[in-house]
Amino acid sequence: MRIEYFQLIDRIVDLNLENRTIRCAATVPTESTIFEGHFPGYPLLPGVLLAETMAQTSGWLIIGLQRFAKMPFLAALKEAKFRTFVTPGQQLDITASLVHEGSGYAITDAKVEIDGKRICDATITFRVIDFPNPQFVTFMKDFAGKIEFPMDAVP
Amino acid sequence: MSSTFDTVAKIIAETCDIPRETIKPESHAIDDLGIDSLDFLDIAFAIDKAFGIKMPLEQWTQEVNEGKATTEQYFVLSNLSARIDELVAAKGV
Repeated sequence: MRIEYFQLIDRIVDLNLENRTIRCAATVPTESTIFEGHFPGYPLLPGVLLAETMAQTSGWLIIGLQRFAKMPFLAALKEAKFRTFVTPGQQLDITASLVHEGSGYAITDAKVEIDGKRICDATITFRVIDFPNPQFVTFMKDFAGKIEFPMDAVP
Repeated sequence: MSSTFDTVAKIIAETCDIPRETIKPESHAIDDLGIDSLDFLDIAFAIDKAFGIKMPLEQWTQEVNEGKATTEQYFVLSNLSARIDELVAAKGV
């Protein structure tokens, strides 16, 4: 996780476009300015960052299904539950599955687990629109390579 | 068996917390009922699911933006219901 850059996914472990599922991995950093305030002497990964982690995981699934033709943007988070605290250094196992692919929007179910224990889950809605400019899609493809996105799965 | 309009009206009432009796076939989803684009995504999902279709919202939006269609053609509920019936019929072909 590079929290300060909002790059919360370290690695795509599995992308299954046929089953419309994805699994990602991320390690919570041991140090971050965020932990200085959230909370002093009792560092916890903020729930909003767990929500964003689920959204980014879902987003890579949708990008894969769209073959980098369109970009998902977070639109709504429903039934989000944060069940357990997450602390620095923990390793997150994030999964998402596509619930529905509509015209211009998509809905996923996502969850985060640590050592097989569910930490949080949510149903997430995205607007799926054209990339606003060519540089954006180039950035996403470059970043995809850094997190081991299986480019051969999206010829 | 409820009509397409009845199903759509029920979805809108439940999704947007709008009194069912105020939702009429001649109501415009945006102009009369005040449904915004985010709420309409929830409605679209519920309609897609209820009827087993994929409403072509991107195509409709493009047609409106290009002046080839009016919002009334797609977002007045009687017209929306007719479009849904067409999509359901096309699915069965």
